[in-house]
Amino acid sequence: MKIDAVRMISASGILGYGFPESSLKAGLARQPHMIGVDGGSSDPGPYYLGSGKTFTNRLAIKRDMSLLLRGAIANAIPMMIGTCGGAGGEPHLQTCAEILREIAREHGLHFKLALIHAEQDKGWLKARLAAGRIHPLGAAAPLTAAVIDRAERIVGMMGPEPHRAALAAGAQVILAGRGTDPAPWAALAMHHGMPPAQSWFAGKMLECACNAALPKKHDCLMATVTPDYVEAEPLNPELRCTPLSVAVQALHENSSPIIHKEPGGLLDTSGCEIKAHTERAVRVAGMQWHPQPYTIKLEGAEKVGFSAITFAGTRDPGLIGQLDSFMRSIRESVAIKVAAFDISPEQYRLVLRLYGKNGVMGDWEPLQNALSHEIGILAEAVAKTQDIANAVVSVARVTLLHTDFPGRLCKEGNMAFPFSPSDIERGALYEFSLRHVVEPDDPCQMFPIEYVNV
Amino acid sequence: MPKLKDIAKACKSKNAGPFELTLDIIFEDAATFDKVRRTGVINPGLIAALYHVPVEAVVFTEYPPANAYKATIERRIASGAVGDTDVYGAQQHAPLLDVEIPI
Repeated sequence: MKIDAVRMISASGILGYGFPESSLKAGLARQPHMIGVDGGSSDPGPYYLGSGKTFTNRLAIKRDMSLLLRGAIANAIPMMIGTCGGAGGEPHLQTCAEILREIAREHGLHFKLALIHAEQDKGWLKARLAAGRIHPLGAAAPLTAAVIDRAERIVGMMGPEPHRAALAAGAQVILAGRGTDPAPWAALAMHHGMPPAQSWFAGKMLECACNAALPKKHDCLMATVTPDYVEAEPLNPELRCTPLSVAVQALHENSSPIIHKEPGGLLDTSGCEIKAHTERAVRVAGMQWHPQPYTIKLEGAEKVGFSAITFAGTRDPGLIGQLDSFMRSIRESVAIKVAAFDISPEQYRLVLRLYGKNGVMGDWEPLQNALSHEIGILAEAVAKTQDIANAVVSVARVTLLHTDFPGRLCKEGNMAFPFSPSDIERGALYEFSLRHVVEPDDPCQMFPIEYVNV
Repeated sequence: MPKLKDIAKACKSKNAGPFELTLDIIFEDAATFDKVRRTGVINPGLIAALYHVPVEAVVFTEYPPANAYKATIERRIASGAVGDTDVYGAQQHAPLLDVEIPI
């Protein structure tokens, strides 16, 4: 069946961020061809990919997913979720699949489910590396087998092709691991015969839902895709899209608002015309898609140690007036005391963040000599074991409290500690360890699809 | 002389992936944007100087549809890595606020 215009809903910025139920209802009344939502981002940092945990709460995920699933089943349209569980690794995907099954049981829903896996096999990656088919991005060094081995988890960012394969196979519900954010919508639009440029553009607009609207809210956005234009309209009557709000969305979390690098091509918006269609809807035309050699971006997280922190503040002008030399003496003193535990300097790092001085911007802080009347000190120890991190931070706490300095009047203690206990174990610490792309044999190779009749 | 904080509608920073930081300066209308553009003050060299990066490492875009400038640079420390101070990269915009614009 040929479709002239494909209507797609994006429920919210991220699965679990919430949206008004009335907006979804208004969207469903317009007979959309799918409901989708993006499930993740690398924005909250490497911990979630490394640990396998979701960064949105289970109850929040369940609330959103339940409304979307019931809406999709009642209207016999697909529900598609990309980058499940925040980071899109196997545990994240399984957490979302388990919630989905729970909702299906509770409401007696039946459907064909596709689970698209995005976690990558290290052996396969090393073979690709050996074959010269993994390349660094930006300032990254060439990848090594050791970096692959050390990673806790590596995911590939899928394009729309695995989603399209699942749609072609008749899946009604698609839960996907890590993918490029526009993938579910781009796939659905292309599945119905829309051109890549318009399909990708719609996906770009929808990925953050009403981030493209005014006022910005976690709310549902509808995009209509035709071969000639893409139209965006918020489903909450209190919100509106304007040419400016849609243009501003193009700036969001990317390196260029004009050229968007995606798997298999570049979305080029340099020739775009953005026009108000109604007071609340905007039409965009003139986007272009330039095919490129197909590559998949890799994300990996590596465990780099364990962390413990303590936080304190000083209100002593004498200390604040000689803050730099005081902190130097703290470092020296901590090093000597820790060495006495037979802990070598290579086994830990002491990181001191000074709020009120440069705690937010570090070396980028332009006001290097401005000091507040009080300074917050966040002392962190990162070490190979939690025990060492705890020991170092404990020494740092005592040293901050009791170290003497010239002209000291606050002889009972230099710091105000707000908490007892003052030291906090933070557990394992991860870092993003990959910034590379891999050339697969085909766009679906890295993303096996598992079909389940729920 | 007005500063950016007096005339911009938005002046913000955010991650563009875990390794890059992107800065957006947005003006209310095309007239203001054009006036600022004519001064030539906002350019890759300014970003390079404020953030201590080489000018050739600044990806700089003028984006008239949004009355905006965008500049993307390497993060100081990758998001969430040991020593990082700003996982989301959302508070690295302040050096832009006091840039004087001769309009």
